[in-house]
Amino acid sequence: MKAEFSVNGTRCDIDVEPRRTLADALREDLGLTGTHLGCEHGVCGACTVLVDGEPVRACLMLAVQADGCSVSTVEGLAAEDGTLHPLQEAFCAKHGLQCGFCTPGMLMTALDLLDREPAPGRERIREEMSGNICRCTGYVGVVDAVEAAAQELNPR
Amino acid sequence: MKPAPFDYVRAHSVDEAVRTLAEADGDGKILAGGQSLMPVLALRMARPRVLVDVNRIPGLATITPTGSDVRLGALVRHARLVEQPHHPLLAEAARWIGHTAIRSRGTSGGSIAHADPSAELPVVAAALEATVHIAGPGGTRAETATSFFAGPLETTLAEDEMITAVDLPVPSRWGFAEFSRRHGDFGLVLVVAAEVAGRWRLAIGGVGGVPLRPAEAEQLLNDGAEVDAVAAAAAAETQPQSDIHASADYRRAMTAEFVRRALASHGKRAAA
Ligand SMILES: Cc1cc2nc3c(=O)[nH]c(=O)nc-3n(C[C@H](O)[C@H](O)[C@H](O)COP(=O)(O)OP(=O)(O)OC[C@H]3O[C@@H](n4cnc5c(N)ncnc54)[C@H](O)[C@@H]3O)c2cc1C
Ligand code: FES
Ligand code: FES
Repeated sequence: MKAEFSVNGTRCDIDVEPRRTLADALREDLGLTGTHLGCEHGVCGACTVLVDGEPVRACLMLAVQADGCSVSTVEGLAAEDGTLHPLQEAFCAKHGLQCGFCTPGMLMTALDLLDREPAPGRERIREEMSGNICRCTGYVGVVDAVEAAAQELNPR
Repeated sequence: MKPAPFDYVRAHSVDEAVRTLAEADGDGKILAGGQSLMPVLALRMARPRVLVDVNRIPGLATITPTGSDVRLGALVRHARLVEQPHHPLLAEAARWIGHTAIRSRGTSGGSIAHADPSAELPVVAAALEATVHIAGPGGTRAETATSFFAGPLETTLAEDEMITAVDLPVPSRWGFAEFSRRHGDFGLVLVVAAEVAGRWRLAIGGVGGVPLRPAEAEQLLNDGAEVDAVAAAAAAETQPQSDIHASADYRRAMTAEFVRRALASHGKRAAA
């Protein structure tokens, strides 16, 4: 079945089986392996992407359902010239990652949070990031990173 | 794991959706937000032959105040419930559903149809004696939440029927209290107290196969009994099961405590 959507501003046409999830289509049909799959049933958050500006578990959406939508993935965060997004910089600076497996989902979730709430407190950051599971870093670095990125993006 | 193959039909009207379900002859499933169905498909606990995607049916994503009720179209996402000003109890309850990325896709119709006894919206619907509007190949019908929930993950919906909307009275006073192990998890125990047309109602989730309405506790509450007596009666009316998350005794004790908290919160947030 055909589906046509944009990913990070680029138009993509794919022809996939209906049972193909958006996560698999991104990874396997479009070669965008930044979106990671941990649990494949909605629990870990590693596959989080934005669809029409809202965060979505890409493992719980069919690729054909994205027809006509605009999808943003972690590959779209850095600038064309490779300059990292302030969130990416902050995750590096504040040790928000170790192995990096959960990081794409963390970044997309944090991107959405800072888009809705420019200056969330640490409690809010914890609450919003709690749907993303990390097996190595232990979350404190993640909260520090999101807090630092918020200050960088919206200096008071 | 990946879902088994299926035919995918994108319905553009309620008629088309129920017709397609009827044609699938018991082997079709509606796909709404997918936040419960997709995991079930991925784990291959279900392998329907046809999936009917209802997401593009126009007109089902509206929240409409109608006198003393609010009508929720079946496709209202949980995230929209959190933001809306018409029904504060619904806004509070929806905050407790999963995480942002779950709430941005999950729908009211899907949550009611899925009928998880520890999910927030079914418990709210039970407390408010909500009216569930249902379309089928033979026409439409309406049913109150009280009879609609038949058992754990079980409703009176026929295989070719679809929820189109739910009407929920706006309570004059209310309380909501939930205990979950981690924020965003399903409730171990959740309690909704709502005063509608001068009478208090209680509904308790997580302690049985369907949201429980403790009749004796409601009576005591309306007779002006002490909160402790109401809480004790409610706990006595539950028959929770023990599982890996909590023993039956623990659930019963938590029921009493969370009935107390729901009643103490009256429109305010009552959290664990
Ligand atoms: C990690 C995670 C955490 C979650 N936490 C919670 C939580 O804390 N509380 C909670 O309540 N839920 C939770 N959920 C579930 C989520 O809220 C779902 O949105 C909801 O249970 C189902 O709604 P849906 O629109 O996604 O339905 P779907 O998954 O699309 O469908 C669910 C079932 O309902 C049927 N159905 C859907 N729409 C209709 C309709 N209009 N008419 C008839 N049948 C229909 C489908 O055929 C299917 O059988 C969680 C999910 C995940 C993945
Ligand atoms: S892979 Fe999608 S949430 Fe875990
Ligand atoms: S950094 Fe390894 S899982 Fe999070």
